[in-house]
Amino acid sequence: MSYTMIIGLEVHVQLTTESKMFTSCGTDFGLPPNTQTDPVSLGMPGTLPVMNGRAFELALKTAVALGADIAGFTKWDRKNYYYPDLPKNYQISQYDLPFSTGGRLEIPPQKDGSGGGRCALTRVHLEEDTGKLTHGAGGFSEVDLNRAGIPLMEIVSEPEIRTPQDAKACLEELRLTLRYLGVSDCEMQEGSLRCDANVNIHIDVDGKKVATPIVEIKNLNSFRSVERAIQYEAERQFDQWKKDGKTIKDAPKQTRGWSDPEGVTKVQREKETAADYRYFPEPDLVPVVVDDAWIARVKASIGELPSERRRRFSSEYGLSDYDANVLVEQGQDVADYYDAVAKATGAYKLASNWVQQDILRIVKERKVPIGECPVGPAALADLINRVGRSELNTNQGREVLGKMIETGEPAEAIIEAGGYRMVSDKGAIAAAVEAALAANPKAIEDLKGGKKKPEAVKGFLRGQVMKQTGGKADPALVGELLDAKLAELAG
Amino acid sequence: MTDPTRSTAVGLLARMNAGAISAEEVTRIYLDRIDRLEGQIKAFLHRDADASLAKARDVDARRKAGKPVGALAGVPIALKDVLCTKGEPTTCASRMLQNFRPPYNATVIEKLIAADAIPVGKTNMDEFAMGSSTENSAFGPTRNPWDTDRIPGGSSGGSAAAVAADFAPISLGSDTGGSIRQPAALCGIVGLKPTYGRVSRYGLIAFASSLDQIGPFSHDLADTALLLKIISGKDPLDATSVDEPVPDYPASLDTPPDTLRIGLVREFFGEGLDPEVEAAIREAIRVYEAAGATVKEVSLPHSKYGAPAYYLVAPAECSSNLARYDGTIYGHRAEDFSPASPEEKDLPPLIRMMMASRAEGFGPEVKRRIMLGTFALSAGYADQYYNQALKVRRLIRNDFDAAFKDVDVLIGPTTPTAAFKLGEKTADPLAMYLSDIYTITTNLAGIPGLSIPCGLTKSGLPIGLQLLAPAFAEDKLLRTARVFEKATDWHTKRPVLV
Repeated sequence: MSYTMIIGLEVHVQLTTESKMFTSCGTDFGLPPNTQTDPVSLGMPGTLPVMNGRAFELALKTAVALGADIAGFTKWDRKNYYYPDLPKNYQISQYDLPFSTGGRLEIPPQKDGSGGGRCALTRVHLEEDTGKLTHGAGGFSEVDLNRAGIPLMEIVSEPEIRTPQDAKACLEELRLTLRYLGVSDCEMQEGSLRCDANVNIHIDVDGKKVATPIVEIKNLNSFRSVERAIQYEAERQFDQWKKDGKTIKDAPKQTRGWSDPEGVTKVQREKETAADYRYFPEPDLVPVVVDDAWIARVKASIGELPSERRRRFSSEYGLSDYDANVLVEQGQDVADYYDAVAKATGAYKLASNWVQQDILRIVKERKVPIGECPVGPAALADLINRVGRSELNTNQGREVLGKMIETGEPAEAIIEAGGYRMVSDKGAIAAAVEAALAANPKAIEDLKGGKKKPEAVKGFLRGQVMKQTGGKADPALVGELLDAKLAELAG
Repeated sequence: MTDPTRSTAVGLLARMNAGAISAEEVTRIYLDRIDRLEGQIKAFLHRDADASLAKARDVDARRKAGKPVGALAGVPIALKDVLCTKGEPTTCASRMLQNFRPPYNATVIEKLIAADAIPVGKTNMDEFAMGSSTENSAFGPTRNPWDTDRIPGGSSGGSAAAVAADFAPISLGSDTGGSIRQPAALCGIVGLKPTYGRVSRYGLIAFASSLDQIGPFSHDLADTALLLKIISGKDPLDATSVDEPVPDYPASLDTPPDTLRIGLVREFFGEGLDPEVEAAIREAIRVYEAAGATVKEVSLPHSKYGAPAYYLVAPAECSSNLARYDGTIYGHRAEDFSPASPEEKDLPPLIRMMMASRAEGFGPEVKRRIMLGTFALSAGYADQYYNQALKVRRLIRNDFDAAFKDVDVLIGPTTPTAAFKLGEKTADPLAMYLSDIYTITTNLAGIPGLSIPCGLTKSGLPIGLQLLAPAFAEDKLLRTARVFEKATDWHTKRPVLV
């Protein structure tokens, strides 16, 4: 029996604003508990919320970038429930008139070329984050309201994702897009990006589709756990169905928490047994009217998105989908870096190789953003151009780059000081070829006797010539002269 | 010299500015009167006489030194205990907030401080402003200065009684369904509910957010105009406050309005209206006609749905607004929350603590409204109750819009009867709700409403005339009312307390 996974994601993203959603209170992460609060975020009697215009603007930017339909009129609603994560005992959210509906995210294919495609979105809305509860020993729980009231954007996907890998890729692409937009830092560890997954499976039973009860998986704290938890949950649902035969009609939606160390999902206790949130329009806030001019203004502020950039890297620079993706998925700063090097050299593929193999390796080793790499895009482009002009061969280039990174000096200075200039003098190289052949008579015999493949012997001899010239010889010239000499000997 | 406590804010300011009397003397005279007579009225929940006198002395010092002083410099004012006053008790007359001292001032309090007014105390009210008689206070009822066996009205009964009893020349109340106008009428003073959004609600402890509005009590319209001008205006801390210019209400008060087209609301003269009250209103109409007004009958056909709609919208909002008082962070926390029944055994201790705290902290009327509102918003019921009420609310607003096409102001009785006796309606919540029958539609429509004294019953109880105007037409409302005030002397009548 086979089954199909039906996966939908519900993503919560804290927006990067200086103040909270409905008050001027600050939003810094990592402060001592309950110090990032004020009367409004503590829900003190008589206080009132006032919308953070910047937060709305960032959410709007996101929705426009995701191609969502922006509502001309949107309002706020109260979601009522008794739980100390919000001292008002209600959350200001958006219920029936969110500021945006629809939209989509393009998911790049997996490395092996499978998966990918489009993930349709249901809606994007804005709300206030809740405080954090820590359930400690002795039955006591601790409440930290620093997070309460931080602007929180909820992005809900349609249940159109079919594999755990695509779910992970979708979330990664979302994070990348949000970072490109500059609306959130999307740190899963700090909780500024959180993801719940709704999962069930459609089992093929004699050509008929049987759907299992839907499970919402919470506590997904990393991209890997999103993938693992969904995989586990689908298998668990299949096993469960084989045991009890229960379908979507027999059981309500269940909430389960992912335990990363154990690699299992477990039933979670709900905030409230019956989830009747008694939504009604928030009377303390006024509705927001978004006109076309506002949307146009927001649209103009959106730069190139990751999906657009991948396409351009392929079409404009002729990069493979794989290379384009590697450069884009590292983040906007890396793609910008590459863009600058590509434009300054015109050697797109070469630039891609240098950035991927050399620059990215260095910044990863040093764990610094590419902006802090001692070799900027202009300096790298200069080096690549020198290799292109045959001032240096590739190996020399690598060495020079290593010194540039060490010292922060430009290529010019290092080449001068280190005597790196490539030897293109025909006489000198011809002499080196002679010397190499004289020193290795066995190689020539091998070639004549057909004992070894000619290419292998030639490769060996090229290496010997380079050695003779201290690695500085123009490799093209070496090849040319060596071939001529060998042809002469064979003749 | 005449007794300062028989004066008005405007009168006192004139005497203080002329140097005839100091703010400290004025304050002391009022405080002495409160000390002497408060036992009969019980208008206040908290007072701090030393703080009041210290403020008065500060005003005197600045006035004497020729330094600038505010527009209410040295004028005593009483404040409904629903308004947050920094570091001072703010209880909403509820056991729930018995020990609450907010770390901030309501915006209106900040404005009064800037105007150098002298707060003399926080006044009694129906718990969380829910009620029409001030009998729902957790700390005992307030009595009507005209007849201490009777209620002063509510929910701002303490603020109304304080002005009527001359404990302060002016006070602030809040009006969600008539809680300023009804007690003003029953206490023989002026009470104004401004347009929704005219006055900031920041620091007004919410009952029903879409209906609540702060407004002034006073003996006459000059004081109303003065106080309204001070407290009005857009507030960055209240998103629902409106950025409309604040006219100079006192300056234009004595200029009669250009047109005096008065509408009589047919629905306000039906069953339940006391004949003595009706007679006083009819007399008031004659006063207006004598002043050249054209009077025509108009209809607000959906008025009859006003009370049902109000008693869904207001409780719905209150059920959410009051959810925060659960003993976790705010409000009274029950000491004993062991399971009260076998069913409660399975509940987590947190939930039991919330239940016990709310059971102990809230009075019966507050509980009734929370339950009503919770029900009205519940899944499966919201459409037929809450959402239906919102539709009615729109129809009521449309009624007013239509009426104001032909007339400048609407007039009618503020209340169906004069003040009733303590305990008379406490057993019958519906009868109590009906004492707001003429005032609640104003809040549903968001328009301003004013009650002014227009007569006394044979037994000497005040009667109020209600005037309503379109949104942000307070200026017109006050000037129209002033036409009546000029022609009559009801606003000069004061109860005798010894």
